[in-house]
Amino acid sequence: MTAPPFSWIRPEPWGIHIVPADAWVDPSRPVPRALVTHGHADHARGGHGITIATPATLAIMELRYQTREGASPAEYGESLDIGGGVTATWLPAGHVLGSAQILLEHAGERVIITGDYKRAPDPTCEAFAVTPCDIFITEATFGLPLFTHPPIGEEIAKLLDARVENPDSCILVGAYALGKAQRVIAELRAAGHTETIWLHGAMEAMCRLYEEHGVVLGDLRLVSDAPSKDAMRGQIVVAPPSALNDRWSRRLPEPVTAMASGWMRVRQRARQRGVELPLVISDHADWGELTRTIGEVNPAETWITHGREEALLRWCELNQRRARALALVGYEDEDD
Amino acid sequence: MEEFAALLDALVYTTSRNRKLALIAAYLRQAPDPDRGWALAALTDGLDFPAVKSATIRGLMMERVDPVLWALSRDFVGDTAETASLLWPEPQDAQPQPPLSLVAVVERLSALTRTSAPRELPALFDRLDARGRYALIKLATGGMRVGVSARLAKTAFAQAFGVAVEEVEEYWHALAPPYAELFAWAAGGGPAPDLAHTPRFRPFMLAHPLEDGVVDLADYAAEWKWDGIRVQLVRATNHEGRGETRVYSRSGDDISATFPELLDVLPMDAVLDGELLVRGSAQGGEAGGAASFNALQQRLGRKTVSKAMLRDYPAFVRLYDVLLLEGEDWREAPWKSRRATLEAVMPLLPASHFDLSQLVEAENFEALARIRDSARDEAIEGLMLKHRDSPYIAGRKVALWYKWKRDPLLVDCVVMYAQRGSGKRSSFYSDYTFGCWDGDPDAGAELLPVGKAYSGFTDEELKKLDRFVRQNTLNKFGPVREVARSLVFEVAFDSVHASKRHKSGLAMRFPRIHRIRWDKPAHEADRIASLRALIKD
Repeated sequence: MTAPPFSWIRPEPWGIHIVPADAWVDPSRPVPRALVTHGHADHARGGHGITIATPATLAIMELRYQTREGASPAEYGESLDIGGGVTATWLPAGHVLGSAQILLEHAGERVIITGDYKRAPDPTCEAFAVTPCDIFITEATFGLPLFTHPPIGEEIAKLLDARVENPDSCILVGAYALGKAQRVIAELRAAGHTETIWLHGAMEAMCRLYEEHGVVLGDLRLVSDAPSKDAMRGQIVVAPPSALNDRWSRRLPEPVTAMASGWMRVRQRARQRGVELPLVISDHADWGELTRTIGEVNPAETWITHGREEALLRWCELNQRRARALALVGYEDEDD
Repeated sequence: MEEFAALLDALVYTTSRNRKLALIAAYLRQAPDPDRGWALAALTDGLDFPAVKSATIRGLMMERVDPVLWALSRDFVGDTAETASLLWPEPQDAQPQPPLSLVAVVERLSALTRTSAPRELPALFDRLDARGRYALIKLATGGMRVGVSARLAKTAFAQAFGVAVEEVEEYWHALAPPYAELFAWAAGGGPAPDLAHTPRFRPFMLAHPLEDGVVDLADYAAEWKWDGIRVQLVRATNHEGRGETRVYSRSGDDISATFPELLDVLPMDAVLDGELLVRGSAQGGEAGGAASFNALQQRLGRKTVSKAMLRDYPAFVRLYDVLLLEGEDWREAPWKSRRATLEAVMPLLPASHFDLSQLVEAENFEALARIRDSARDEAIEGLMLKHRDSPYIAGRKVALWYKWKRDPLLVDCVVMYAQRGSGKRSSFYSDYTFGCWDGDPDAGAELLPVGKAYSGFTDEELKKLDRFVRQNTLNKFGPVREVARSLVFEVAFDSVHASKRHKSGLAMRFPRIHRIRWDKPAHEADRIASLRALIKD
């Protein structure tokens, strides 16, 4: 008797279970063996027995959880036999440093779990690799047709213009501490901004980690080391989104509050956060990328993990593609 | 149009009042006539294009976007105009066209009819980018929602041209968009508009809530805060020598057509401030009393009024104050002089349509508090405290007038449904429908909805409530979620009335969430019967 197709992979509310290998992908609760796509906290939780991930993701997890216990590295393109006749391969996802899609192969069936991904170019990480498969398990964070992330150059130009227009203020940019912050800094450098970029303390360690992995971020200094409030006029400061409206920002001279996030496409989202300069910069695929990628990968079936799965499901239906939504819990609409 | 769209966007993203003022003032100085007049009208909600409704926009989108994807997007964004501006398919082979002026857009919108609008609007959309489309739709459908009140826009106008905002207010309601006379006067140094013969609205004086303070009754007079609608009755003699009367609502809207019985009962030119009520016995006793607000609601919002309406719900005005009388402006005079003037003029006014809001006498503040506490029986909102020396000043000035509302009624209800909010709260489940038990919950009683509220909690609490809704969803009906019957709200409300609209047979007036009882089990919430006992209709 043969098992029905793909019965070896089973979505549960707290993660995707690879049954014959008894391993989990991005589980939201501690398990004996976890395969992790990338270092964001909602995907890379601590406390697993063994954690298999790319070296950069493991380094990020070590920084967060202060332990390397059970860490087991997998290089991009390296195929690992994880037992039970299952082979796992980590492929670049273009989301943040170390981010990967995980390709699982078993009994001639191929499944890809994208984790989070984007198709837009990013100088801080390797580009998404389109790989054929039978089942494509995709994210859908920005899975609504209204989400179009403009070219990042336009948004960086807005940021640099605001700096010129507000010489007496500093531009305070809220950016997710892992990935977004480093991408914004790298893009500012690419746009010719060579001056010091000031950091909130919570950004420092992750920026250093990126530099150790070969991402050049230029002259970075901590806001707490600034000589005076006045010295910050005309400067660019990068801080986690939670610090934007916090007491911390009072030390800055009349800051113009910016935020780098895909949610900034919607006015009221910017208003809810008191953002004066919305920068539509996201590390996730926008609607066009999500739908284009499904077309290019051309799977027999698409499973949608988290985000606005209803709309992507509808798109699949309209385009005669088999699809289903998985009810996974624990993934958050991060400040992306 | 581009400049106006940029202004709207900048206003959306600006929280500081001063920066908003500066942005609007800069626009008003730079933009040409009559564009800036139309912009000012838009910012003060003074434009109406009846041919374009939200449904028109939705209809246009339905022809271009899958209805399911539209609904999901609209639900996420919480605003039809913005959703449409983002989802409108960009034209493939757009030819560069000269920029649209705001006046050109206004003229084209005014010329639209219900049938021509769906044909003509797409060409306008195609000429604009997402930001321009957003501005166009907001302009066409009304309600800018950019965090600018009419007052703020007028203040910006005053700042832009160095005139007094009080003077702007004085002329405002007699002029129509694009306010050519106003710009000619303020920006062009022309003469002030001549409005002596127009029965125009004067901005109301408003009250601050009296929080926990105590006032000295030697300085303050008390009167009931009647539960009707605040109105201003204005009569002026026009150029033909005929008196013309208009009725204005609190926001300065002309509601004369709704209350025709008040239009030929003022025997002299005057501007009077009072509460519009309908005859009944719920407020102020049997003789010459007023009905509850519920009865007045039958009369509100009607463009034409039937004879039966006039007979069954006759309106009258309970007078509070006099602003102008027979050409004399009393606004600078202290309240006590105005009161004496009002009392002196009362015998000249027909008792069928006017009475005087009586002062509430008390020995001291404690005695007044006792009188206020007994006010619930009379379906009155509370007391007004007016400084005896206060001039009549537009707006809310601290320490001159206070409203001292009676404490609200409270009831424990169970949350049943939640709906996403709009605007600042889009994506948050912020509108809650709650119910009370129709019997003993431990013996199988059911919850019946009794009201809906979307205020009374902090932003932090809203986040927690939103999480509760998402984690306790039983069913989804479009934007509405049915939630597990487990969370209790202590709901505050002003009064409760019989209503056929709801299955519970009840409707609350001004319900708001007083406390979230995370600790209280749902079966301990109140029953319908205890709420019904509070009906005072």
